[in-house]
Amino acid sequence: MRAPDHPILAKGDVLLAVENVSLGFGGVKALTDVSFDIRKSEIRAIIGPNGAGKTSMLNCINGFYYPTEGSITFQGLKRPKMRPYEAARGGIARTFQNVALFKSMSTLDNIMAGRSIKMRSNFFWQLFRHGPAMREEVEHRKVVEEIIDFLEIQHIRKTPVGRLPYGLQKRVELARALAMEPELLLLDEPMAGMNLEEKEDMSRFIIEVNQQFGTTIALIEHDMGVVMDLSDRVVVLEYGRKIADGTPDEVKRDQRVIDAYLGVAH
Amino acid sequence: MDILYKIFIEPFVFMGEAPDLLIQTLWEGLVSGILYALIALGFVLIFKASGVFNFAQGIMVVFSALILVGLYEQGVPALLALLLTGGAMLILALTVERVVLRPLVNQPDIILFMATFGLTYFLIGFGELIFGGSPKEMITSELYLPQGTTEVEMLGGFVRFQHLDIAATVIASIMIGLLAVFFSKTRIGRALRAVADSHKAALSVGISLNQIWVIVWFAAGIVALVAGIMWGARAGVSFSLQIIALKALPVLILGGFTSIPGAIIGGLIIGIGEKLGEFYWGPLVGGGIETWLAYVIALLFLLYRPQGLFGEKIIERI
Amino acid sequence: MLYREAGQFKTNYVADRAIFPLREDRIGLGLIVLVAYSLAFLGNDFLLQAVLIPFLVFSLAAIGLNILTGYTGLLSLGTGAFMGVGAYACYKLMTAFPEVNVIVWIFVSGFFSAGIGALFGLPSLRIKGFYLAVATLAAQFFLQWCFIRIPWLVNYNVSGALEAPLRTLFGIPIVGATATPQTRYLVVLTIVIVLTWLASNLVHGRIGRMWIAIRDMDLAAELMGIRPLQTKLLAFAVSSYYCGVAGALLVFLWYGGAEYDVFNINQSFFILFMVIIGGLGSLIGSFFGAALIFIMPIVLGIVLPAIFEPLGIPIAAETIEHLRFMIVGALIIFFLIVEPHGLARLWQIGKQKLLVWPFPY
Repeated sequence: MRAPDHPILAKGDVLLAVENVSLGFGGVKALTDVSFDIRKSEIRAIIGPNGAGKTSMLNCINGFYYPTEGSITFQGLKRPKMRPYEAARGGIARTFQNVALFKSMSTLDNIMAGRSIKMRSNFFWQLFRHGPAMREEVEHRKVVEEIIDFLEIQHIRKTPVGRLPYGLQKRVELARALAMEPELLLLDEPMAGMNLEEKEDMSRFIIEVNQQFGTTIALIEHDMGVVMDLSDRVVVLEYGRKIADGTPDEVKRDQRVIDAYLGVAH
Repeated sequence: MDILYKIFIEPFVFMGEAPDLLIQTLWEGLVSGILYALIALGFVLIFKASGVFNFAQGIMVVFSALILVGLYEQGVPALLALLLTGGAMLILALTVERVVLRPLVNQPDIILFMATFGLTYFLIGFGELIFGGSPKEMITSELYLPQGTTEVEMLGGFVRFQHLDIAATVIASIMIGLLAVFFSKTRIGRALRAVADSHKAALSVGISLNQIWVIVWFAAGIVALVAGIMWGARAGVSFSLQIIALKALPVLILGGFTSIPGAIIGGLIIGIGEKLGEFYWGPLVGGGIETWLAYVIALLFLLYRPQGLFGEKIIERI
Repeated sequence: MLYREAGQFKTNYVADRAIFPLREDRIGLGLIVLVAYSLAFLGNDFLLQAVLIPFLVFSLAAIGLNILTGYTGLLSLGTGAFMGVGAYACYKLMTAFPEVNVIVWIFVSGFFSAGIGALFGLPSLRIKGFYLAVATLAAQFFLQWCFIRIPWLVNYNVSGALEAPLRTLFGIPIVGATATPQTRYLVVLTIVIVLTWLASNLVHGRIGRMWIAIRDMDLAAELMGIRPLQTKLLAFAVSSYYCGVAGALLVFLWYGGAEYDVFNINQSFFILFMVIIGGLGSLIGSFFGAALIFIMPIVLGIVLPAIFEPLGIPIAAETIEHLRFMIVGALIIFFLIVEPHGLARLWQIGKQKLLVWPFPY
């Protein structure tokens, strides 16, 4: 683990800056010249019609894709090519559009796996499951239990996640991301496929995470009601280009956004 | 320095000094390359149509050759035996579809792959139980395959061409051509490609998976039979052929699992590379490098291009 | 009321994270170990030499492969060769430094195969699934070629075979022609117990979770900060370590000498089959799988002649070998279709039923 070599940021400072990012696969351009920033401790929504490049944007932010052009600055450091695990170690966690849990593990182990980057007892202690290895296991278990309490999933602690209903899987995934104690939390459609009650729960959790831990959150969501209620600022993508950026109210009134969502009369 | 000279200079000097030997080596590489390609085609056929990487293709080569020779030994006329072996491959295809594939629809690829290990071992045991473990002679002349050699004087020496090898090259090329047409031009060919993309999606548009699978496994069985006759005629029919058949795997890695031209070019690269390597560089390390050279070539190649020669760049999504 | 969870409350996280949280499980395990040791004194030489020692050796190799294939999800067809590396390394070490105890060299020889395993594991970063399986075939064929072609490995022995020299522990021969099956069994048993215990610690801790994470969803694991290359290489190294030790045990404590052919591709496959049938991702499954695959032909060899020979049908040894191939092949397909988690899952289901017995749930 590297020492924190980044400046300590106050609320409202720019945490992550995306500058002129383009991304192409062969002939297909997923993103074209997109710039926006995410400020410390805000909830930032990325919206846009299907295929607008929202998930590609998240993938660029956490190093899963490299932008063909442009740059991404995180905590004041411009990153050239960053591997996903480096992004994770730098403090970026995320959840996935299609749940990507470790299916054969229990809820508890999934969240414990999220603590992997925080654990450092070496291989030989691990071999004997003793001393620092066991102490660490217990210490992190306590943290994990706090997260479990926070997200109200005590009852499924030891259930293999493959057997859980979709809504709970999404919640476990959030728990796993929180276990990484991220600076920046990326949520890719956290409420897709949920019923109203589950959406309300999830919204509550997102707000609580943001307020209690001061975690900066970037989320992709299709439910406009949720987006407008939750987010501080919204960026709108269409066909890989940014068409609007601002507070929910500003974006709602933007003509191009209305056209993109409702279609234009020709 | 001496070792560098021996690796990088001497073999090429030798090639230049004795071009007839080089031609001879290239020819042998070409023939085995074509035959590797033929075996690889059996894999490609099944992989394209069912997404199953059929490890048992190698044993099917041996198995079909054994049935053919075994029937002949029982007094069945050669051509009738050939026909009956074809029938046996159909029965095998039907059985595999019913017993192995149908219960495993929509399972992860790797599970189906491992199931074909099981099939391989079953067929090895079954084949040895019936035909015994000792090597057999292929009924070359009875199948009207040419024998003998032609020596051609060229480049200051003689290059020997086995008639059988020439025939093998021609027959294998015809088979490959037919399969390519079958895949790209026929209705069944299109259905096959649909099934390979997604079992579920193919089912939903009314393609019968079971039929398709029987067809491709049967076709792969016939390809295996042809490969078995050719290899058997060159090296005898025994279970050690299976090790040769495994060489089709590096061929596939080079050429990609779904590409017919890939299988051919991969086969030629492996066949020729292996013969050149063995003949010119093998003596440096005591020979016998043919057993692993193909795999190492494929491995090094994979590190450079994980998607194979003709595969598209893999874009991972999450 | 023999097997119950009720009444056993965990009051701290240490107890809750225990590998065997149930008291009955711990007692059962203790009993099994006790029985295993007492078999050294109760069993006859045939049982020890032809059944128990090889069973333990193959179980160890299966644990090794299970770490790689079962826990980390990387399919390897080079197990036989990695076992060979251990055996040849052990031979070189014990003949070069005869003054050091052979037990030390058995444990050290595993590091050699761990190194070689990690080397051949390097491509696993870029290639997956059956591509990787084919890449491991390169290891299998290349290493086997080395065993044949490098006479230095067998100290220029004309026969080209590994031969076990006499080695002792506390003055008692444990390796070589004069070592009794009893002492060899005790040595093998102890080594297997120790290594199984260590493996169990690993797979239940942070490292095990990282391996399973890579297996279940490698991309998500990487996005959570798990380094894929290091994690996979560690799995290759640990797995090959176990295979290497198993290979050394196979040659020096079971066969007493062997040729390169022991480590051929069939060996690789049979170990893989043990893992599949026993249960991918289960240590106890490795034992079940080894038992089934190894002991089945012995049983066949006794049962089949007993049935058919009175009827006047002679059963040759080859026939049994062929039947073994057929049955193993059929079992693989059967398990993949019916119970992809193998015998280990059946065992687990059995235990769960027992927990609530006599009620259905």
